[in-house]
Amino acid sequence: MDKMPKWADVILIPLISVILALLVSGLVVIFIGESPIEAMQIMIRGAFGNAYGWGYTLFYTTNFIFTGLAVAVAFHAKMFNIGGEGQAALGGLGVAIICLTIPWPHWSVALLAAVIGSAVFGAAWAAIPAYLQAKRGSHIVITTIMFNFIASALLVYLLVNVFRVPGSMAPETARFPEAVHLPNASQFAGFLGFRPSTPLNVSFFVAILACVFVWLLIWRTRLGYEIRAFGHSETAAVYAGIHPVKIVMVSMLISGGLAGMMAINGVMGEAERLVIDNVQGAGFVGIAVALMGRSHPVGVFLAALLFGALYQGGAELEFEMPAVSREMIVVIQALVILFTGALDNMVRMPMEAFFLARHRRQEAAAAAAAPNPKPDAAHTGAPAAQREE
Amino acid sequence: MSMMKSFLGAAAALAITATGALAEPALVFDLGGKFDRSFNEAAFNGAEMWAEETGESYREIELQNDAQREQALRRLAEAGSNPIVMAGFAFGSTLDVIAPEYPDTSFVIIDAVVDQPNVQSIIFQEHEGSYLVGMLAAMASESGTVGFVGGMDIPLISRFACGYAQGAVAANPDATVLANMTGTTPAAWNDPVRGGELARGQIERGADVIYAAAGGTGIGVLQAAADAGVFGIGVDSNQNYLHPGSMLTSMLKRVDVAVYNAFTAGEEIEPGLVVLGLEEEGVGYALDEYNEELITEEMMAAVDEARAAIIAGDIEVHNFSDDGTCPVQMQ
Repeated sequence: MDKMPKWADVILIPLISVILALLVSGLVVIFIGESPIEAMQIMIRGAFGNAYGWGYTLFYTTNFIFTGLAVAVAFHAKMFNIGGEGQAALGGLGVAIICLTIPWPHWSVALLAAVIGSAVFGAAWAAIPAYLQAKRGSHIVITTIMFNFIASALLVYLLVNVFRVPGSMAPETARFPEAVHLPNASQFAGFLGFRPSTPLNVSFFVAILACVFVWLLIWRTRLGYEIRAFGHSETAAVYAGIHPVKIVMVSMLISGGLAGMMAINGVMGEAERLVIDNVQGAGFVGIAVALMGRSHPVGVFLAALLFGALYQGGAELEFEMPAVSREMIVVIQALVILFTGALDNMVRMPMEAFFLARHRRQEAAAAAAAPNPKPDAAHTGAPAAQREE
Repeated sequence: MSMMKSFLGAAAALAITATGALAEPALVFDLGGKFDRSFNEAAFNGAEMWAEETGESYREIELQNDAQREQALRRLAEAGSNPIVMAGFAFGSTLDVIAPEYPDTSFVIIDAVVDQPNVQSIIFQEHEGSYLVGMLAAMASESGTVGFVGGMDIPLISRFACGYAQGAVAANPDATVLANMTGTTPAAWNDPVRGGELARGQIERGADVIYAAAGGTGIGVLQAAADAGVFGIGVDSNQNYLHPGSMLTSMLKRVDVAVYNAFTAGEEIEPGLVVLGLEEEGVGYALDEYNEELITEEMMAAVDEARAAIIAGDIEVHNFSDDGTCPVQMQ
């Protein structure tokens, strides 16, 4: 029996979590002597108030969709891929190599190649922890997070010693040639008021395609069925003839590939060069996005939009309210992650109890109305249902 | 309904104040953080000086990471800030793209040269100021070994190191100069723990004066020097107050003056290249109540003489950035 209706699971619980997080954030804003209402207004206006805000909000959303989907796919196989940060950084390396070494005739061809290149690099970075998990039983959480550090060190080394432009002091690659410049929102949606400086670019549509791809993969293919079966119960999956090594490897490769594809947005679409720390923590935000989106592509999209708005609104808040420092913005974002991710059960359990009680009341009412009532049913049902948890 | 009304009212009021504020200047800090007590803080002090004098306000952004540079500059330009001053060479390639997007906005970049019609580039002759503190270091040193801890390993910081080494050797031809860099990425500007380790390593190798040219990392260097009872030399801001008695001096790089001047000039600021050296008092060494007992008459006379000679052109301090080499060997 479902403990509560689907809409409550997908919409109501995340919504309550976010509201709680914002209330606590409001307290923090009060403590530093600013008005929380005004802060809220600035954040909302900053994220959605004009084309400039929308551009950045959707730009960040694109990043979070990719990393959120990456975590979600691994979740379905009951694996906790927290290496999105490193996989996305390596994806950036793939994009930079593809854009800098080959003279592309047109951006569309370059985009296709960059999608493949970033996915291959991201997947390759996920392959080693996946192999260690599948064959050696090294825990994926430990190995993926350690690979984040290796990725960061590798990127620093490459940017400082290999890709740095001679004569330049900044550790970054040369600018990509004009031919691989991705059309941004001012070119395909200029009528909405987007300016040429907006970071929102065609990668956003690639992200939406990725959502569709993940939905088809998980719910409409045999492989997706195997991944889900493996995630629900490894022993049952093995009994059904599913090969665990294959599932661990394949799901992690897809996960790493999706994380790597994030780079086409930031590296190719916006910065048009590879800089240190180009991921900006999106790999970790992806975890919260996947948790909040309940690993469903639609949920991931909505959660990514929320976090995109938080990032952009937070930047505006820091800008408009000098008393709110950059650390405060991190606190507010962390509170949302804390409430939606870590403290999920704090909201979930009372909600489940509430829906269960309501369900029972309805049943009891239905039973009372029925010609042959069974008064004990509701009474004995309660402890059994609670034991289920 | 009434809540909706008050919300709209507030939004309207905000919109009015937003358009009412005309062309505020703006300042963007680099990764060391606003209160690094060194480079960024010097920029902050310059802006505060201007704000106090004129009673007007300015906008500021502290970067959180390298990838935010575009957004920070665009946000300020969109908000109508003018001029926009950025402290740090790392903005160079970003500004080269952003400046043409906003031709009516004036930009000022410190420590890098960006060749655009609406950009003023300010660079300092750090090797000249470092030469003077290098002389002081060699004269104050008893062991004959002086140390240098740099932030990020880039030609700009090698310019500090090379000037310092030349000054040390000028004052004591037998002086040994130890030099270390903290790292190769912008994170090296804010790593006081590693700075302290490098300083302790140099002290073990005999250094008894250590010059930190490392932004926020310098805090750890100067702390380690003070703990070990040797002299430290600060950079950019006057850092003598940090450890009175153990701070020999500070190499002043008047980023504050540069920001102040840029804010004062306002929208009409001249584009082009501005070079600030000893002659323009853009660089120098700090003398105040915290270190006046440490700098003897003799030292002061020697340094002032060298200063005059550099300005007159009699002493030429080699600039590392010219050819990527330093005439003095560092270890």
